Amino acid sequence: MTTQAIKTTTMTYGQAVCDGMAVEMRRDPTIYVAGEDVGMFGGGLGVTLGLIDEFGPKRVRNTPLSETAIVGHAVGAAMAGLRPIAEIMFDDFLGIVLDELGNQAAKARYMFGGKVAIPMVLRASCGAGIRAAAQHSQSLEAWCAHVPGLKTVAPSTPVDAKGLIIAAVRDDNPVVFLEHKTLLNIQGEVPEGEYIVPIGKAEVKRQGGDVTIVAWSAMVAQALAAAEALAAEGVSAEVIDLRTIVPFDKEAVLESVAKTNRLVIVHEAVRTAGFGAEVAAVVAGEGLDLLDAPIVRVTAPDTPVPFSPVLEDAYLPNADKIKAAVLSLL
Amino acid sequence: MADQRPQGKTNAAGGRSPKAGGRKAKAAKLVETTGLRPDELIGLLQRMMLIREFEEECARLYRAGRIRGVTHTYQGQEAVAVGVCSTLNVSDFITSTHRGHAHVIAKGGDVNLMMAELLGKATGYCKGRGGSMHIADMSQGILGANGIVGGGMGIAVGAALSSKMLGRDTVAVCFFGDGAMNQGILHEVSNIAACWNLPVVFLCENNFYGMSASVEDTLACKEMNLAGRAAAYDIPAATCDGMDVIDVHLATRAAVERARGGGGPSYVVCTTYRFLGHHVGDPLTYRDKSAVDPWRLRDPIPNFAGRLVADNLATREQVDRWEAEAKDAIARALAFAEESPDPDPSNLTEDVFA
Repeated sequence: MTTQAIKTTTMTYGQAVCDGMAVEMRRDPTIYVAGEDVGMFGGGLGVTLGLIDEFGPKRVRNTPLSETAIVGHAVGAAMAGLRPIAEIMFDDFLGIVLDELGNQAAKARYMFGGKVAIPMVLRASCGAGIRAAAQHSQSLEAWCAHVPGLKTVAPSTPVDAKGLIIAAVRDDNPVVFLEHKTLLNIQGEVPEGEYIVPIGKAEVKRQGGDVTIVAWSAMVAQALAAAEALAAEGVSAEVIDLRTIVPFDKEAVLESVAKTNRLVIVHEAVRTAGFGAEVAAVVAGEGLDLLDAPIVRVTAPDTPVPFSPVLEDAYLPNADKIKAAVLSLL
Repeated sequence: MADQRPQGKTNAAGGRSPKAGGRKAKAAKLVETTGLRPDELIGLLQRMMLIREFEEECARLYRAGRIRGVTHTYQGQEAVAVGVCSTLNVSDFITSTHRGHAHVIAKGGDVNLMMAELLGKATGYCKGRGGSMHIADMSQGILGANGIVGGGMGIAVGAALSSKMLGRDTVAVCFFGDGAMNQGILHEVSNIAACWNLPVVFLCENNFYGMSASVEDTLACKEMNLAGRAAAYDIPAATCDGMDVIDVHLATRAAVERARGGGGPSYVVCTTYRFLGHHVGDPLTYRDKSAVDPWRLRDPIPNFAGRLVADNLATREQVDRWEAEAKDAIARALAFAEESPDPDPSNLTEDVFA
């Protein structure tokens, strides 16, 4: 296999999402962006900044402050020949739009006997860590995972943010794209032009033999930091970034657990019925004989996200908690 | 209880005051007053008959336990679906409701595939996966009935945006009932449709009840002027007689022409009545048994048939024959459905994703 030099540019995670959308919008005039403040203002968290300069207000559409209409109209637009990228600022607002997402977008294809496709992306910021409190800080990927017909992705790096947003835009299904707000300004080398990370493919971020740590979104960096700290103590941890929540790449996890025989799952979402429970159930159900120790979850506690920095820091999973969980298994 | 007696001529405030039929006086010259050809006028009657027979058969099948789940029928409201859809092209869009069979038929849906779907058969519109409340036909611009009250509103507005962005002249009609007038999404989509000047018609069928809840008890609306709400969005609105297919056609035609011409959204409120319950099996405890009687006198099908005869556009014999043909079409649809295979359970997980 010949290796072609891929030209890369240094950019932030947020810029990588924007770059991916721009690449696709140049290719396909049916793609448009709609959301509150997405035009000149660049969206609530600045991700679409500059997009309107190239594509104009018809394709970068400022909407009224109406999340239900933002998502609801996107479903109809997708049915009728467009490929909308809808933005709601925070995934906490999924509660407002859940009917449009869960009852309309997700179910239309199945209810209508496979006769319609809904090629839409719903982008939202997720996650805690900026002292934004209980209604602007949640990680709600499990809500989305519980509705058949939705795909859900949660990239952890700029390069995956670009590759996955392009894959999401090209997908003929509704895809929920969760951008962690503490990752938006991290920088990385991102390939120029068309670059795709397939939906449904996890990535081994660090090789190891003693334990598998599965994480996604902002928890990947914490898992990697934990792995580094564990290495200093002679423990070899393998870190898997799921990248996509649904469809879940169970093969990647089972393959790793077959090697390490231990599994720690890390997510920022609250514990009960978090997606970690699904990962654990799949590994227990299909790979129980691979395990030499109980499966451990490192998660937020079952509380709303607190405001006080002291409380929020205590609430969030981190490298120390992950390290302690791993050591408890050995 | 507020007055729900029907009236022949509509007025600005939803036609609630019982007035004499002013528009009836013009019935003598249907071709001249509507600009429709005789065959088009006859087509309106035939389509209403087909809907009536379909719904009557549905009710029979449901009571016999052969249609399962929940079925909401449309007897009495046929003039609305037919009057509205007679103004649309194949490429125009509609979104429908839980009471959606008539909208599908009026927009060009196939009664065989519909009946097969209602019986849960593999040959049905949705391969038996959708049932009564989820019939769609993309080839006819039918973007789905919907089990969620107000569920079609976002979809209709998005379809209207597609027309605008893709440079097409298609129009989207969003059917909903008086109950859905109180869903929050109507506010959001009305506003966004007006802001974006979208080619959409918000088509409200006021049949006076959202399930058991009467409009008097649940709609904060001066003089029951449902269309008056459109003024909040600077959207033009009309109220028409939903028991009169011509009145519905003309009111909707004006709104559709405005949308197609770039004039943006409209509200059209059709004052109508459902002869039967919310669903087949509804005990109707919330409505006087006699309340339906004056509305049955205004049954849109025999009344319009009478106008065609009076106008020498049809004979009684022809009307009887068309009714028989509608019955035959539904009988064939039922035979098709009954002869169709059940879905194969081994396929039940297909079509979740494209």
